Amino acid sequence: MSLTKAASLQDTTSTARKLRDRAFLGTLWLATLIALLTLIVLVFTTFVDGRGKLNLDLLRNFPSPFPEDAGIQSALFGSLWVVLTSGILSLFFAIGSAIYLEEFANPNSRVQRLITLNIQTLAGVPSIVYGVLGLAFVVRGPLGWGFTVGSASVVLTMMVLPMMIVASREALKAVPPSLREGAYALGATRWQTISKQVLPAATGGIATGSILGVSRALGESAPLILLGALAYVSSNPSGFDSDYTVLPLLIFKYATEAQEEFRAVGAAAIIVLLVLLVALNLLAIVIRDKTRKSW
Amino acid sequence: MMVEESKDALAVSAPETNASTTSVRDVNVRIDVQSGDGRTAGEMIMESVDLQVHYGDFLAVRDVNLKIHRDEITALIGPSGCGKSTILRCFNRMNDLIPTAKVGGKIYYRGIDLYGPEANAGEVRRRIGMVFQKPNPFPKSIYENVAFGPRVHGKPSRAETDDLVERSLRRAALWEEVKDRLKQSAFSLSGGQQQRLCIARALAVDPDVLLMDEPCSALDPIATARIEDLMHEIKSQYPIVIVTHNMQQAARVSDRTAFFNTEIGANATRPTGVLVEYDQTRKIFSAPADERTEQYISGRMG
Repeated sequence: MSLTKAASLQDTTSTARKLRDRAFLGTLWLATLIALLTLIVLVFTTFVDGRGKLNLDLLRNFPSPFPEDAGIQSALFGSLWVVLTSGILSLFFAIGSAIYLEEFANPNSRVQRLITLNIQTLAGVPSIVYGVLGLAFVVRGPLGWGFTVGSASVVLTMMVLPMMIVASREALKAVPPSLREGAYALGATRWQTISKQVLPAATGGIATGSILGVSRALGESAPLILLGALAYVSSNPSGFDSDYTVLPLLIFKYATEAQEEFRAVGAAAIIVLLVLLVALNLLAIVIRDKTRKSW
Repeated sequence: MMVEESKDALAVSAPETNASTTSVRDVNVRIDVQSGDGRTAGEMIMESVDLQVHYGDFLAVRDVNLKIHRDEITALIGPSGCGKSTILRCFNRMNDLIPTAKVGGKIYYRGIDLYGPEANAGEVRRRIGMVFQKPNPFPKSIYENVAFGPRVHGKPSRAETDDLVERSLRRAALWEEVKDRLKQSAFSLSGGQQQRLCIARALAVDPDVLLMDEPCSALDPIATARIEDLMHEIKSQYPIVIVTHNMQQAARVSDRTAFFNTEIGANATRPTGVLVEYDQTRKIFSAPADERTEQYISGRMG
């Protein structure tokens, strides 16, 4: 019996199975299409709404109670200040913590496992909670820095730090152990191995994760409501102790004004914010592709 | 006297590369003069005494007594899991990097206890270089790969580094193939070239002994032959200890061979490696003293 193997290569799949196969593929298509259409409609309608206000005056003018003079300059600079300073601060702490946790700490110790769990939990804490914390400890309380760029910068650092630590650890973990062995076998110390071989090899991953963290900070609004950014500020920040506002909150303000004309200014500001976000994400992709290694 | 001299040389220090390079050779010269017998083949450079390694509670290999001689290639052979690589990694303290590894017994390098208080792991690894199973060049240029070691141990000038890179690549028989593309990524090289680059990288810090952990197992026969030729060329300057799965290779390249086997201990569940026989290679392959060696080399075991 086993000698007579069927000589036919014809399709014997049942019609029901073929139908199920098609239905499954169709569902996947539909899901993708809905997600994509939502995004396209959103961007398109925003563009149509804000088109009239999308000019240099928008960037040049400060927020104003009169829609015809209303611009976003102080919010744009406020956002850049807050995001850049918190980006630098959190990069510093994230790389430091990641190096310690990946390269120095004993992965089997209880303390290390507790820290890891803690960081992963912190990465999922709603951002408003960081706002409350910042209000209590940075704006008022022990630090008492008030509603300033410095306060916002510190709180956003706390918020993106867990995410950046996780990303940096992943990047360090992806560096193959053979690279470390190669350096140690030449007599390099632990620090020489890490600073001259492991970190450079992980730069791409760390940069990608950090940029994504920064772009999250750029779009963040909830914690900053509590940190005093929800205000008309008619001057650019000049330091850590300046008043400030940020783009997402100015958009919120314009969207809730009574006059219809403010909607257009808000929509134009959204487009500026989107352009910044897309630029950051593109940068992350470029860095990732440029530093992609074949081990 | 010899021990005293070498102790100074291995002591923790971060001298300038060139200075330390000369000092190593100076020590050799002085030893030779003092012992009055010149560079005779067979002088012992490393010795293990009752060496045993635990990984946690598991005894991986026990009772290894080996002598590594100058001007010779020593091959470690045996079936998988017999502890060859583990032993090799004890010889330059790479096992330090595995937290659960515990080394018992002694290893002496020119009379100095490798795990003793006078030995610094970094300095040990500089003196006793290592080449790995899979070529593991750094994700940098060919030049940077070779220059990394010397830079770790000092601040050589640009000219000194250029010179060292060229000399090391020449010694590893790679210079002619890469001299026009030193700035290219090391990953642009073929597997065999990458392995010779790793050898050049190890030679650049002027080691005293070279350990090779199955250096040809990831290479094709032609690349393997080139590495074997290279080993013959450099063995008078750098005694080599090679772990190999390939018995023909051991027979071809080595002067002495150590055969390891596995055995299940009384209370153990996993096999422990033991050194069965250690002798001149031609004796191991023609008239082994132990029956197990005979079985292994004739292909009836492993």
